Amino acid sequence: MSFKIASSPHNRISRSTSEIMLLVVVACIPGIAVQALLFGYGVLIQLVLAISTAWLAEALIMRLRAKPALSRLKDHSALLTGVLLAISIPPYAPWWLIVIGTFFAIVIVKQLYGGLGNNLFNPAMAAYVMLLIAFPLQMTQWLPSVSLQAESLNVLDAVCAVFTQYSCSGFSISQLQSGIDGVSMATPLDTLRTDLAAGLTLTESMQQPVFYGIAGAGWLWVNLAYLAGGLMLIKLRVISWRIPVAVLGSLFLISTLSWLAAADSNPSPLFQLFSGATMLAAFFIATDPVSASTTDKGRILYGVLIGFMIFIIRKYGGYPDGVAFAVLLANMTVPLIDYYTRPRTYGHKARGADK
Amino acid sequence: MPSLFQQIQAGKLWDFHGGVHPPTRKAQTAHKPIGLLPLPDRLYIPLRQHIGVAGHLLVSAGQRVLKGQPLTSADNSMAVPVHAPTSGTITAIGEHTSAHPSALPETTITLIPDGLDEWRQQHPLNLSSSDNLTLLERIQESGIAGMGGAGFPAHLKAGLTQPVDYLIINAVECEPYISADDALIQEGAITIVKGIDILCKLLNPKAVLVGIEDDKPLASAALKAACSQRDHYYVRDVPTKYPSGGEKQLIQLLTNKEVPAGRRPIDIGIVMLNVGTAFAIAQAVLDDHPLLSRIVTVTGETLSQPQNVLALIGTPVSDLLTFCGYQQQKNYKVIMGGPMMGFSLPDLAVPIIKTTNCILAPSEHELPPPGKETDCIRCSACADACPASLLPQQLLWYSKAKDPAKLAEYNLFDCIECGACAYVCPSEIPLVQYYRVAKAEIREQQREAVKAEQAKARFEARNARLEREKQQRMARNQQLAEAREQAQQTGGNSNAVAAALARIKAKQAEQTAVPAEREQILAERAAKKQQAREYQAAKAADSQQSDSAPALATATHQAAASSAPPASEPATVAPTGAKNAAVAAAIARAKAKKAAQAQAEQQEKVVAAEQTKQPEAIEAAPQQAETDPRKAAIAAAIARAKAKKQADSEKS
Ligand code: SF4
Ligand code: SF4
Repeated sequence: MSFKIASSPHNRISRSTSEIMLLVVVACIPGIAVQALLFGYGVLIQLVLAISTAWLAEALIMRLRAKPALSRLKDHSALLTGVLLAISIPPYAPWWLIVIGTFFAIVIVKQLYGGLGNNLFNPAMAAYVMLLIAFPLQMTQWLPSVSLQAESLNVLDAVCAVFTQYSCSGFSISQLQSGIDGVSMATPLDTLRTDLAAGLTLTESMQQPVFYGIAGAGWLWVNLAYLAGGLMLIKLRVISWRIPVAVLGSLFLISTLSWLAAADSNPSPLFQLFSGATMLAAFFIATDPVSASTTDKGRILYGVLIGFMIFIIRKYGGYPDGVAFAVLLANMTVPLIDYYTRPRTYGHKARGADK
Repeated sequence: MPSLFQQIQAGKLWDFHGGVHPPTRKAQTAHKPIGLLPLPDRLYIPLRQHIGVAGHLLVSAGQRVLKGQPLTSADNSMAVPVHAPTSGTITAIGEHTSAHPSALPETTITLIPDGLDEWRQQHPLNLSSSDNLTLLERIQESGIAGMGGAGFPAHLKAGLTQPVDYLIINAVECEPYISADDALIQEGAITIVKGIDILCKLLNPKAVLVGIEDDKPLASAALKAACSQRDHYYVRDVPTKYPSGGEKQLIQLLTNKEVPAGRRPIDIGIVMLNVGTAFAIAQAVLDDHPLLSRIVTVTGETLSQPQNVLALIGTPVSDLLTFCGYQQQKNYKVIMGGPMMGFSLPDLAVPIIKTTNCILAPSEHELPPPGKETDCIRCSACADACPASLLPQQLLWYSKAKDPAKLAEYNLFDCIECGACAYVCPSEIPLVQYYRVAKAEIREQQREAVKAEQAKARFEARNARLEREKQQRMARNQQLAEAREQAQQTGGNSNAVAAALARIKAKQAEQTAVPAEREQILAERAAKKQQAREYQAAKAADSQQSDSAPALATATHQAAASSAPPASEPATVAPTGAKNAAVAAAIARAKAKKAAQAQAEQQEKVVAAEQTKQPEAIEAAPQQAETDPRKAAIAAAIARAKAKKQADSEKS
C-alpha cells in the first residue's frame, strides 16, 4: 500500500491567477457599459476586435513555443490586456489600429520578454504608446459624447465607422467628430490643454460644451464607473489599496496645490481626478501585478510616481492624456523601487542600520 | 509612555506581518471528549523522537519491560530517553519507517504489550523540597521533548541559566484541524498550571504569558480559571491567524519583541514552551509519570468519527485511523501534522511519536491535490502573507536561478517554511518546496566547500612536502656537479687519470664506509640531510644577494669539497666525521656515474631518473659500489630506475 506523497502546505486558498484576471475584467464592465452608453457602440466593437486578436496572438505564440495554448488562454491575462487596450483607444479608431496594437502588446511586450510575469512594461500601455506615436491622428479621434454628437450612430453605423471610417450614412470620422455646433471636438483634456496653450483662461475654455459637467461631458460618469469597479476589486482583495490610493492621492495633492496657486491656468483637482483615464489607470492599469512594484512601500512610491507623472504630462506634454506614459515611466523604475524598498526581514535590523 | 511590561500587564497585544486565515475546521474534534484508544497489538518506539541524540539502549530483544521503564538512558545533555508506554516484551530492535518527512528508517524498539499495564516503581517529587537539579534531572529522565512539534529537549529550556523576563506558554494551535492542545487544556488546565509552577521555580521569570487563540473560548476560560490564583500569570487571547503559534510570531504578538536573526529567544530574555510540555513536566515531577502518551487529533473527511484520542507513544497510525472509522480513499494522502506544515506519510505503520499532534486523513475533495503550477504573476500575495517579511516571489526567482548569494541577500534561511506564501499563491506555485530544495542545495554546497577546503589544505601540504624534497634533491645534484668539476680540476686535463684516481679514492672511501657500523651509515644520512638543509638555506640567501655572492658560495663549497681527498684515508674518515664521509661518498657516486656515462647510452634517462629518485634509494648505491665501479654504476642506475618507479607509483 503506498500513499500519495505531497509537499506542505496541503491546502490552498481557492483563487487562481485566472480567476484574478477574470475578476479584473468583470470589474471593468460598469466602466465599459458607461463608455458605450455615452460614447457610442464603438467601444464594444473595439473590444471584440481586441479580444479576438489577443487570443489569436497568444495561441500563435504558444504554438511557436510548442506549449499548450489552451491552458495558457485560460489564465485570461491576454483577455485582460485586450480589454484594457480596447477601452483606452478612441471608440471609432480604424479596426487595424486595435489589431496592430493588441498584437504588439501580446507578442512583443509580453511574450518576447518571456511571457506572463516576465514583462517589464504593462502590455496594454506599451501598445497604446506605440500606437500614439505611430498613428497620432487615428489615436486622437475621440468623438464627443453621444449627447453632443451631431449625428447619432447606431450599431451598424458604429461597425461601419470602425471598419471603413465612414458611418453607414456616409459621414467621415472627422465629420462625426464635430459637435452640434459644427466645431470639431477633442476630448476635454485635449481641448483644455490646447486652449490654455492658446492663452485662454480656464474659465473661458470651460465655456465650451465639451466641458458640461465637472470633468467634461460624459467623462465624469465613465470615471465614476471605473472607480466603482476598482473599489469592488479592493473589497475582494484582488488588488491592494496602496497603488490606487497613492496614484489618486498624489494627483489630487499636486493638482490642488497648482490650482490654489493659479486657479486660472490649472484645472481643479476634481477635474483631474474624473477626466480622461484617471480612474482606469489608478485601479486597473497601475495595479497590473506583473509590471507594478511588489513591496508595500514600493507600491506607494510607484503610485505616487504615476500620479505626479500624469499631472506633469497632462500639463506640459503634447498628448491628450498622460496616463500611458506615466505608467510606462513608472514601470521602468520598478526594479529599482523593488530593490530599495525590500521589507525588513523578521529579526533583522533595518537595512543601512547594520552597515 | 508605559514600559513594555506595563503594556503587557495592561493586556496589550501586538501583531506580526502577514499571516493567512485558512478555514480552521476544528469544530469536528474540539468539543468531543478525548477518546481512549484500546491497547495496540504492538508499539513501535523510535529511539530518537526529539532534536538531539538518541540515548543509549538499555534493553535487548526478548526482555520484559514494565510501564514507564526507560528503554534508553539520558547519558548526555542532548539525549532524551524513551520509555515503555506499557508493560510487555521487546520483540525486536531494528529499523522501522520513521515519523519524519524523509520517512527514512530509524532504529526502533518493537514492544508487544502484555495487557497488564504493570508500572515500574514510581517516585513522585515534592516541588517545595526538591532542588532545581533534581527537577531538571527528572524532566530529562522522563523523556520530555517539546510537544508542539519541534521536539526540543525540555530540560535544556527549563535549565537555562540566563535571566528570563517572560516565560511564554504556547497554547496557540494555529494549524487548521488540530485541537489536541485545546482538548488537553479543557481537561487538564490545573495540571498545566502546576507544570508552569515548576517551570517558574526553575526559570524564575518576571511574568508568565500564556498565549491562546481566541477561537478556543472553553480552553481559554479553563486556563484563566486555573491561573486565577497566580498574580504574575497572564492568559492572552490572540487573534486567530496562521501562524500565530510560531515561536517567533507568538513572541512578537505577546511582547512586541523580535528574536534577532540567528539568535534564540533566551537572548532577549524569553523562554517558550508548549502547553503540552508544561503538562508533561507536571506529570513527570509530581507523579513520576514519564512521557508515555499524548493527545492526537485524528481528523479528516475520510473518518466517520474524527476526534482527539489519547494514544501511547509508538502506536501505529493505522490503529488511530481504524479507531476513528477510516474509510480509505484511493490511497489518498494521510498527513502527520496539520495541513500547512504536516508531511504526508508513506505508509500507516508509522508510529505516533512525542511530537505528533495530528493525523489528518482528508478526502480528495477536502484537500485537493496540488493544481498545475503556472507562472508567477508578481502579485505579491505571498509577500503580503509572509510572517517573516520575506519576499517569496524573489526567493522563488533566485531559487530557480540557483543563486545562493542572492538567496542569502533575500534571507532565505529566515524562512520558517510555514507555507503561508504557497497557500495564497494564485499560480499554485509550491514555493515552500522550492525553498526546501534551495536550502538543501546551499547546505550541500557549504558541506562541499568545507570538504574542498580541507582537500585543498591537504593538497597544499603535499605540494609543500614534494617541493621540499625536490629542493633537497637539487641540493644534492648541485653537489654532485661540483664534485665532478672538482674531480676534473684535480685530475688536470686527463679525464681518464682523474677517473681512475677518483675510482680508487671512492673504493677506499666505500671500504671505510661499508665495514663501519650501522650507526655510521645513519650518521651519514643525517649529515647529508643536514647538508642539504644548509645548502638550501645558503641558496635561499644566495638568491637574495648580488651576482658575486653565488660565486663566493660556490667557492666555499669548492673549498669544502677540496677537503674530500684527504678524507679518502681510512684513518681520517672517522675523525673528520660523517660529513666528510658523505662528501667522499658523493664523489664516489659521481665517479660511478661518470663511468656509467661512458658506458651506458641511456644517459639522459638516468638523469631524468635521478631527478625523481628518492634520497634513500641513492644511498643504497654506494653500498654496492664496493665491487666494481662499473657494476656499481649499473647498480646505481638500477637503483635509480627503481627509485623513479617508486616515485611514479607514489605520485599516482
Ligand atoms: S514559507 Fe517562508 S517565505 Fe513562505 S510565508 Fe512562510 S516564512 Fe514566508
Ligand atoms: S503569490 Fe505566487 S504568483 Fe503571486 S507573486 Fe507570489 S509567487 Fe508570484
